[in-house]
Amino acid sequence: MPAIDLSKAPQPAATRPEQIRNFCIIAHIDHGKSTLADRMLGITGVVDARNMRAQYLDRMDIERERGITIKSQAVRLPWRSGLDGQEYILNMIDTPGHVDFTYEVSRSLAACEGAILLVDCAQGIEAQTLANLHLAMENDLTVIPVLNKIDLPSAQPDKFAIELSKLVGCRPEDCLRVSGKSGIGVEGLLDQIVAQIPAPKGNSEGPARALIFDSVYDTYRGVVTYVRVFDGHLSPREQIQMFSTGVKHELLDIGVISPEPVSSKGLGVGEVGYLITGVKEVRQSRVGDTVTSFHRPALEALSGYEDPKPMVFSGLFPIDGDQYPLLQDALDKLQLNDAALVYEPENSAALGFGFRCGFLGLLHMEIVRERLEREFDLTLISTAPNVVYTVTTESGQELVVTNPSEYPNGKVAQVREPLVKATILSPADYIGTIMELCQQRRGSLIGMDYLSEDRVEIRYALPLAEIVFDFFDQLKSRTRGYASLDYEPIGEAEGDLVKVDILLQGEKVDAFSSIVHREKAYSYGVMMTSKLRELIPRQQFEVPIQAAIGAKIIARETIRAIRKDVLAKCYGGDISRKRKLLEKQREGKKRMKMVGRVEVPQEAFIAALSTNSDKESGKAKK
Amino acid sequence: MSQQLSFYVHIPYCAKRCGYCDFNTYTPGELKSGDLDALSSSYIDSTIREIQMASQVVGPAVVPTVFFGGGTPSLLPAAQLARVIGAIRSNFTIEQGVEITLEVNPDSVSRPFLDEIKSVGATRISMGMQSAVGSVLKTLGRTHHPESVGQAVTMARASGFEHVSVDLIYGSPGETMEDWQKSLEYALSLDIDHISAYALIVEKGTKLAAQVNRGELTMPPDDQSADKYLLADELFEAAGFSWYELSNWSKPGGQCRHNIAYWDGSFWWGVGAGAHSYFKGKRWWNVKHPGSYQERISLGQSPESCHEILTPGNLLDEFIMLQMRRREGIMHSRLNSSQLSKAEDFLCSGFLDTASWSDLRLVLNRNGRLIADRIVRELVL
Repeated sequence: MPAIDLSKAPQPAATRPEQIRNFCIIAHIDHGKSTLADRMLGITGVVDARNMRAQYLDRMDIERERGITIKSQAVRLPWRSGLDGQEYILNMIDTPGHVDFTYEVSRSLAACEGAILLVDCAQGIEAQTLANLHLAMENDLTVIPVLNKIDLPSAQPDKFAIELSKLVGCRPEDCLRVSGKSGIGVEGLLDQIVAQIPAPKGNSEGPARALIFDSVYDTYRGVVTYVRVFDGHLSPREQIQMFSTGVKHELLDIGVISPEPVSSKGLGVGEVGYLITGVKEVRQSRVGDTVTSFHRPALEALSGYEDPKPMVFSGLFPIDGDQYPLLQDALDKLQLNDAALVYEPENSAALGFGFRCGFLGLLHMEIVRERLEREFDLTLISTAPNVVYTVTTESGQELVVTNPSEYPNGKVAQVREPLVKATILSPADYIGTIMELCQQRRGSLIGMDYLSEDRVEIRYALPLAEIVFDFFDQLKSRTRGYASLDYEPIGEAEGDLVKVDILLQGEKVDAFSSIVHREKAYSYGVMMTSKLRELIPRQQFEVPIQAAIGAKIIARETIRAIRKDVLAKCYGGDISRKRKLLEKQREGKKRMKMVGRVEVPQEAFIAALSTNSDKESGKAKK
Repeated sequence: MSQQLSFYVHIPYCAKRCGYCDFNTYTPGELKSGDLDALSSSYIDSTIREIQMASQVVGPAVVPTVFFGGGTPSLLPAAQLARVIGAIRSNFTIEQGVEITLEVNPDSVSRPFLDEIKSVGATRISMGMQSAVGSVLKTLGRTHHPESVGQAVTMARASGFEHVSVDLIYGSPGETMEDWQKSLEYALSLDIDHISAYALIVEKGTKLAAQVNRGELTMPPDDQSADKYLLADELFEAAGFSWYELSNWSKPGGQCRHNIAYWDGSFWWGVGAGAHSYFKGKRWWNVKHPGSYQERISLGQSPESCHEILTPGNLLDEFIMLQMRRREGIMHSRLNSSQLSKAEDFLCSGFLDTASWSDLRLVLNRNGRLIADRIVRELVL
């Protein structure tokens, strides 16, 4: 068993690039990436059996609970190849699996020369398998196709070897077969990584250039920055500079992860490791940015850097107004470790003081909400998620609208909304129902291909707005869970969109306003007005509930005035009970929001604003 | 000025349970014993012991009112009830013009009974009429003979009772406005000086609740209850009965002073199974089952089940809660500025009596009475 003792392996800053192989594992969720990674840690001796903890590399609790990886890590694995007997250093970079974090995946890929494309051979190729494969190919990585879970009784390696080989452009017998769980084939895989993936190339004499592919805030050490060195080298205590911010930093620590951080004499060409610069916020150490020497800076940054772009916005409000400062503080703390989270204060007449937050996507939003509620003990109402619209008013002014209440009141000449290309993989049986769902959501078919006799890939262009609200749940339920979804932004398109307002007694309730497609405006109006009629208790006066587009009313309901309360008797034995009821109602009143003269209980807001993703996360918690 | 203490005496026995009843009462079947006489005798022994215990706690006091409620007090022999009055008399000082009320079931009350109870000091009779319409009575699980009420009233008057009251219930499933009007007119045709009228409340665990849940019976709409209340008030006032509390009307001199004691913060001792008491800022209530009640007493222990000591906040809440139900209302001087300003809103919305307002009193008018609970809630905040 060709594991090398770490102390005798080639050391960082003293490893020749020819000895290095940088690779990542890309796979669909649950196809066994983390288990395989665990196995590799074990086989190379980096983590001995006693310390092996399932899925060692996943740090956050939420990730563990959901069985997904959000943040990537990098581990340095020493390995003696079974094919040539030489010593090598394999740097394994574990990538996030979810569509919301595509940018981070792409930067992790940019740090590698090769990728293991892992496919569960009991499940087959899924949407994210494809999406990540395309990313890998865009980055010119060498792809090693690997079929996983061959130990399962339901495994069909031969069948999927054929599909996979067509995809990657190799022969079916070139697809490796492994079981991350039992270890079968993993040694051979490590040997193939050495054999197939090219060694890194770079200018060791040139000015230092290192790519930041991850950046994580640690309470004790501050921000830990993960880098891959392309040119030159970085040494301890060196003065460095970040290209995008131009800020100078000192390298307080530099080293590799094996699997815990180990300080080293530096990092050379092709090496992967971490830096500690003393910065306290991940925003100061940005994924995709280039690190260079301060005293001898490189002229050009490595390519591919992008500022994170929030796609989905939602208003977050503390149910108890007193918790507003706590929410502010919590968001500030979360932001330390979340470069993509944006937020600014928002004041809603209905919901009080809160924040309008921007997220990379629905999963990002859910994770943030859950962390706020769980780690910071906050109880929040969130408004229905909305996307970003570009509105051109009649006077030619262009506005970016992240909050429906910012939508201009006057006439608009044009509204543009973000579009995505959705890739859906599914058994062929469900083509009809999938197409029906996409048409309903204003989709236009881009194309359809059969991956095999019974599996199809369908591509649709859809407005992002149609995806943020329960599209995924619908897809799953129509296909009995078999379909998988991935999507990527493909720009904007003009849409026939309008803003629907909800009015109580003539007063607009900003929390309920929504930007919808004109054809859906009426049904949205009817849905909200009747929902609210059920949820809002009768008042001493009649309450008209209206849905309107501009000044035009499109739906209405009325809550009749209440003429009579329950007039119960009140004798000696009733007094205590009645008084306690009054006390309870007094408490309840504090949770009442006033919209003009109308008393709206908090529960009504929550129920009216609940989206299916809320209901889903509610279910998940149980 | 000697202290005053009213008495409430609970008689937890009924021949049968009405469909809407959730009071602390037991039928012979529920008690697994048929011999009401034996049962009641030992029960009364216990109540007498409790009265003795009360005098230990309270010391000397003048008793202005006594109220026998239940259950069906008239199920017991008059002699047993007389023993209770006797016990109060020997342990305390009964006021000269004391009011002693007895609840009776019009179906089962007799002239001899009424004579006897009058002779031992009872001054007021109250009976449950509920409705004059057979079908409504059937829904409520009451007797099919509405005329028995008239007969009972006549008997009570003949026995010499100056004060006779009937209870009415409106809003039963299936009751029309006409049905209600009939009941009102029937009640007003009787020689009575006090009427109580309540909206039917379907309490959990009652037979009626089960029927409504199963869909066998449908409750009438809320708004119809409002109309029924207004009709009652209109007819009562026209017949010389004035409202003095949300659900109570009387002719001059006919107010039930015992009930007023509940609403004006006076003290009273509740004797018997499940009875509630109020004395010097403490509210408490006794164990409910007559068997448990008697057991406690026989061991020389207090039959108290639970209690609460009222905080100043509680007292204030109760003051507003109870006073708003009365015609006297609340003096402006008793309210703080934010309460007063809320009251002004109600005045402007037409829920308060304007004449009383000019007299610096907060009094509900007819529309206000319909939403009394809501108004109290606002003021108490």
